[in-house]
Amino acid sequence: MRAAAIAFLLLLGGPAAAEPPPPPDVPLADPGLEAKARGVMAELRCLTCQNQSIADSNAGQAQAMRAEVRERIAAGEQPGDVRDFFVERYGDWVSFVPPARQDTALLWLAPLLFLGVGVALVWRRIRR
Amino acid sequence: MIPEIGHFALWLAAAAALLQAVAPTVGLWRNDAGLQRLAVPAAVAQGLFTALAFAALTWAFVVSDFSVKLVAANSHSMKPDMYRFTGVWANHEGSLLLWVLVMALAGLAIAFTPATLGSRFRDRVLSVQGLVALGFFAFLLLASNPFERLSPAPTEGQGLNPLLQDPGLAFHPPLLYAGYVGLSVAFAFAVGGMLENRVGPAWARATRPWVLGAWALLTLGIALGSYWAYYELGWGGWWFWDPVENAALMPWLAATALLHSLVVVMKRDALRAWTLLLAVAAFSLSMMGTFIVRSGLLTSVHAFAVDPARGLFLVVLMALYIGGALTIYALAAGRVAEGRQFHLVSRESVLVANNLLISAILGVVFLGTLYPMALEAATGTQISVGPPYFNRTTLPLLLAMTALMAVGPFLGWKRSGTGHLAARLLPAGAAAAVFVLVAAWPFGVRGVGWLLGFGAAAWLGAASLSMLLRKGVTLAIAGMALAHLGVAISILGATASGALQREALVALRVGDAVELGPWRAELLDVRPVAGPNWTAIEAQLEVKREGHRGAVLKPQSRMFVAPAQETTESGRAGWRTGELYAVLGKPDGSGRWQVHLWVKPMVRLIWWGGLLMAFGGLLALGGKLRAFAPHKWRRQLARPAQGAA
Repeated sequence: MRAAAIAFLLLLGGPAAAEPPPPPDVPLADPGLEAKARGVMAELRCLTCQNQSIADSNAGQAQAMRAEVRERIAAGEQPGDVRDFFVERYGDWVSFVPPARQDTALLWLAPLLFLGVGVALVWRRIRR
Repeated sequence: MIPEIGHFALWLAAAAALLQAVAPTVGLWRNDAGLQRLAVPAAVAQGLFTALAFAALTWAFVVSDFSVKLVAANSHSMKPDMYRFTGVWANHEGSLLLWVLVMALAGLAIAFTPATLGSRFRDRVLSVQGLVALGFFAFLLLASNPFERLSPAPTEGQGLNPLLQDPGLAFHPPLLYAGYVGLSVAFAFAVGGMLENRVGPAWARATRPWVLGAWALLTLGIALGSYWAYYELGWGGWWFWDPVENAALMPWLAATALLHSLVVVMKRDALRAWTLLLAVAAFSLSMMGTFIVRSGLLTSVHAFAVDPARGLFLVVLMALYIGGALTIYALAAGRVAEGRQFHLVSRESVLVANNLLISAILGVVFLGTLYPMALEAATGTQISVGPPYFNRTTLPLLLAMTALMAVGPFLGWKRSGTGHLAARLLPAGAAAAVFVLVAAWPFGVRGVGWLLGFGAAAWLGAASLSMLLRKGVTLAIAGMALAHLGVAISILGATASGALQREALVALRVGDAVELGPWRAELLDVRPVAGPNWTAIEAQLEVKREGHRGAVLKPQSRMFVAPAQETTESGRAGWRTGELYAVLGKPDGSGRWQVHLWVKPMVRLIWWGGLLMAFGGLLALGGKLRAFAPHKWRRQLARPAQGAA
């Protein structure tokens, strides 16, 4: 009965209530799974914000993505698979972890490269 | 009228900068002492006129003169007085005016501190400084005039971004700019040193106080910015690897490396060319930082001022200065020999190794910040390089650096024995072992990364403390040890607040409570409150630990009037060196409020460590400045600590 009343009120509300509020964040009951889900959220980019992860964003879309992440983790998917799902849907940009590919090889090798060049330069200066 | 006076003063200041750049250069070239001596009065004129221009803009903001376009776009009559004042530099034009003001004041400081390298060198440095300032005056006057009028004047301004209406803003940009500009002095010393062929120990001694000062201010600025982001952005994080944060971090890293390589030039007359390159790089990165923030080329939470045309102007300016400096470097490189060589086990080789690690971190941050933009420009592929990348690549380097930082100060110059090291480092090793064991067992920390963090903090902290407690500590050594201790404390804060953090995300009705480990949080009330230019919904959340007095956190969801914007204000309370941190989310429609609660042990140590680093820098600077003090004071000062190194 009450549900029907609310539905009626929503209808009356018309365009003003056209956009239902996104479901509030409900953490997963299993703390281990929730931690996994949080890990994924921290590595996914909120698409409608400026440089925020979906874990840090108040945007509606980020909240919807959080719900999706939790759903998938609860269904037994591994964090890597969940991230791949979002990358497939939205492109590489959605992941804060850059892909490991030919065009990002320089990026991932950078620390070793810089250190290597430096050590080579210094080695010549050291008197043995 | 007053804005026009300001505008006119700005043109006069630019003219003074032109004079300061040209007259000494021609004077030194033609051996005309009269022209050369114009450098100091020109610097004075530049300082006075820039101060006048800044005062005029401040006046326009304080009285809310909305006929000035900048004020109309960034201020509002309902804005609290303090933010009307700090609003002067919370926008593109005003912040650049602040930049040239600080730069002009630095010129005054160069003109009036004793010229230890002679008046010829001082005038040379002033001319380089004038030339750099001239570019920024041109940028201000031609592309971003802060005094532009609006006709007809609007009756009300558009207001300031609410995120910027915060005390943190009062100090964060001025500190960063003062640091950047301090590095411009190092740049001028480097170029002057190359032109005058003076690069050597005396030059390093004269340059280092400027770098120390700039480094300390940058450290304060970054620490403050991190604290501001932590409490204002309301996500509980304190460092986001945001492009704009990286833009401030890069000059800091370069300045840190420069600070250490200058010591090698000072003590051993080695690493000259490398030090010059670092000085050029440090200021270039400062300019790039300003460019990144102001051009809007990179997407970022800080992109307040998005304007590509201005970005282009800055790129040209940067290209001119960096290109010019590197050309001089290439021409002078033959004359500036690398200096002496050194042995593998010596203080200087550890300093070199740390320079290498800092530079590698700098390179990684640089590449990671610019790579997405470059890749998109080249291939159209969009990728994101975020915290996971930066953490994985820089933290191992930082760890290696921390390990070496504890050892270096115990080594001798030239060629060092190693027999004494084991005894000297015993406390550090013991402390590291104890910290790792305590973290792993009573606190149940798992994860090699976290344990290494605890170990590194204890290792460096204990080594720095034992450095401080040794006999015959000079101000310079005490400053160094304190700065290193600050690094250790920051690492401890970052590690502990991450590894031991507790978090709850719950929907609560008024009267509901939630358990979080030994903590219990109860939602006492949710009610509307109002401020000068905002209204808010405020929750009162009482957080208690058994047997302790509770604290009431008051997180808010604020609606600002002008501009209309919603922000979340975190509710915080201190607990020992840690914090309880709460954010109020949305209601779920059935009377429950979403509450996000964190317990972050030792999180405040992150910023206390930053403060300690800056204090260490200033202490070492005090050691240098004593050389300028009149003899009478110097004798008194020399008594507690024997002679600065």
